[in-house]
Amino acid sequence: MNGVHDMGGMQGLGPIEPEAEGQVFHHPWEGRVHALSLASPTRSNIDAGRHQRELIPGATYLTMTYYEKWFRSLGDRLLQQGHLTREELTSGRPDPDLPRATPRLVADAVEATLGRSGSYVRKTSAPQIFQPGQSVRARNIHPNGHTRLPRYVRGRLGLIVRMNGAHVFPDSHAHGHGEDPRPLYTVQFRARELWGSQASARDSVFLDLWEPYLEPA
Amino acid sequence: MALRVKALESLMVEKGLVDQAALDAIVDHFEHKVGPRNGARVVARAWTDPAYKARLMENATAAIAELGYSGGQGDHMVVVENTHDIHNLVVCTLCSCYPWPVLGLPPVWYKSAPYRSRAVIDPRGVLRDFNVALSDEIEVRVWDSTAEIRYLVLPQRPAGTEHLDEEALAALVTRDGMIGTAQL
Repeated sequence: MNGVHDMGGMQGLGPIEPEAEGQVFHHPWEGRVHALSLASPTRSNIDAGRHQRELIPGATYLTMTYYEKWFRSLGDRLLQQGHLTREELTSGRPDPDLPRATPRLVADAVEATLGRSGSYVRKTSAPQIFQPGQSVRARNIHPNGHTRLPRYVRGRLGLIVRMNGAHVFPDSHAHGHGEDPRPLYTVQFRARELWGSQASARDSVFLDLWEPYLEPA
Repeated sequence: MALRVKALESLMVEKGLVDQAALDAIVDHFEHKVGPRNGARVVARAWTDPAYKARLMENATAAIAELGYSGGQGDHMVVVENTHDIHNLVVCTLCSCYPWPVLGLPPVWYKSAPYRSRAVIDPRGVLRDFNVALSDEIEVRVWDSTAEIRYLVLPQRPAGTEHLDEEALAALVTRDGMIGTAQL
């Protein structure tokens, strides 16, 4: 969806405020939101979690801090998936008539779980259409749902520079329609193709794009 | 916010949705176990061990795991190397994708609208904001993390450091150097 989260290329959003290394969370509650989100049963689908944050209305999204967005989307996902009822969330008290769940992550397993790399690569029998060195155009598409094709490359010419195997396709997975793995390519776009003559002729932007985002050029 | 978060945490614990001690362990992990010192060790090893650097450029996920760093948001790592002619800069315009096992959690500016919006359209201006002045002759490559591949910049080894060992070199490597918003 063409939400405000898709902000690559926007101007006038304020100054960048550099920050020293070292402080991870700026308030203790931010660390709790981070931990709750990772431990929550809703964490199993990272694409759905991203889409949940994109669904925050644009004007609100821009005024919220990062962990305010995480907190809001965590509550929304818990309600949607039936882990909590609206009454429980409002009152803060568990409904005594509902069964108690079992946490998916216990303390002893945290280090092993967080240190375990997963993989988004899947086997697929479908052949890859494009090869490194081939010119492609990012499709001019505007899906209503979740997508990882930013607006600023749509319709633009690029070059396939790397093939990354077939990866879980977020446009499907975020909506509970299965992993639907598709070939994932690293695509180089010249800065002038994206931004015109104001950009340096030397510069490029590289994106990792799934095959359905691309067409032959 | 603190009270609202506390209320949700208590509710989730009482419902059996999360384990309180696990939450403490997760916070501890991100405050003490991961962070840019991990990435700095990867960089220093690459500077001092050509065979390691070759493995790192060929299969970064495996080479980084050799040093004991792995996990979520580092599942598919790619290292991009700064040279005399090329400067790399990493961003996630759509959200906040960042290589947690080697850099920890991102700084606020990395997740915020001003950086996410400008890094792709005006990388040289962004770099000037970080006091990095690049010659027009240098090629800037911006990596927008749109999939589950996470990028780590391998900065250039500073001149005059030939006498330093790996540990001393690692101390020179900064978080921003590995995002690409600093030169060392």
